[in-house]
Amino acid sequence: MPSRDEIFEKVRETLVDALGVDDDEVTSAATLIGDLGAESIDFLDIVFRLEKNFDIKIPRGELFPENIASADSGFVAAGKITDAGLAELRTRMPHADIEKFAADPRVERMSDLFTVDMICKFLAAKLGA
Amino acid sequence: MRWFWIDRIIEFHSGKSAKAIKNVSLAEEHLHDHYPGFPVMPGSLMIEGMAQTGGILLGESHGFKHVVILAKIPKVVFHSWACPGDQLVYSAELLDAREEGGMTAVRATCGDRLVAEAEIFFAHVDKSEAGPAGAKQKNFVFELGLLDVLDVGKAGDGTK
Repeated sequence: MPSRDEIFEKVRETLVDALGVDDDEVTSAATLIGDLGAESIDFLDIVFRLEKNFDIKIPRGELFPENIASADSGFVAAGKITDAGLAELRTRMPHADIEKFAADPRVERMSDLFTVDMICKFLAAKLGA
Repeated sequence: MRWFWIDRIIEFHSGKSAKAIKNVSLAEEHLHDHYPGFPVMPGSLMIEGMAQTGGILLGESHGFKHVVILAKIPKVVFHSWACPGDQLVYSAELLDAREEGGMTAVRATCGDRLVAEAEIFFAHVDKSEAGPAGAKQKNFVFELGLLDVLDVGKAGDGTK
């Protein structure tokens, strides 16, 4: 069972390969989109690489849930994620810092939920570390 | 001009690997501008041929039920160039094939000389999502027409 540090190191390697960023840019608090410049297609690439590097299977939508912030999801009102949406996020993204986001749940801030730390916590739970 | 950047598939192992060739010809117009007096195959078009080789390999592994689009090139290195008269061999290996897309590693060689190597990542788009206009875009790795390259080798001496 890998330690948390080992998981972080492997995640760092994965993101360096997938996003072409430097080692030192990948910090625990870094956001994938805002800080590391990830685009939508990169999320699929990251999932592929994590599966390979950690020898696990990550079903579609498990790490990066889809369709929560879209206009027809029923979870968005006046540019904000509704309470029902926040509840959905807590269920589907248990490793993200939903409480911090809930203080100002504007849709455009949702991408900040995707952090390096979230990936590490997800993997730690998955690997039973 | 047709958007074919491979001439023939010479090896095909379903779900594993494929090899295609591209004969570089001075008759190709872009070589007269790239570059005047020094014609070399543009790297971007080499990538297109490598992607077509890998894209067919991935598409076939799912029975061509998805539209395969070139999504991302995480890594590409050009080691040398290809000139008119050169025959490029694109060797693609399927690293990962899933419902959402796939990853290939493709090497371009000319004889023993390594010309380029790339990791090419593809995403699947459903035909309904692609739409009638979208499906014709050139960034789609293949339309059904490109699959003809699988048969071209039969035309000459009957062997494949």
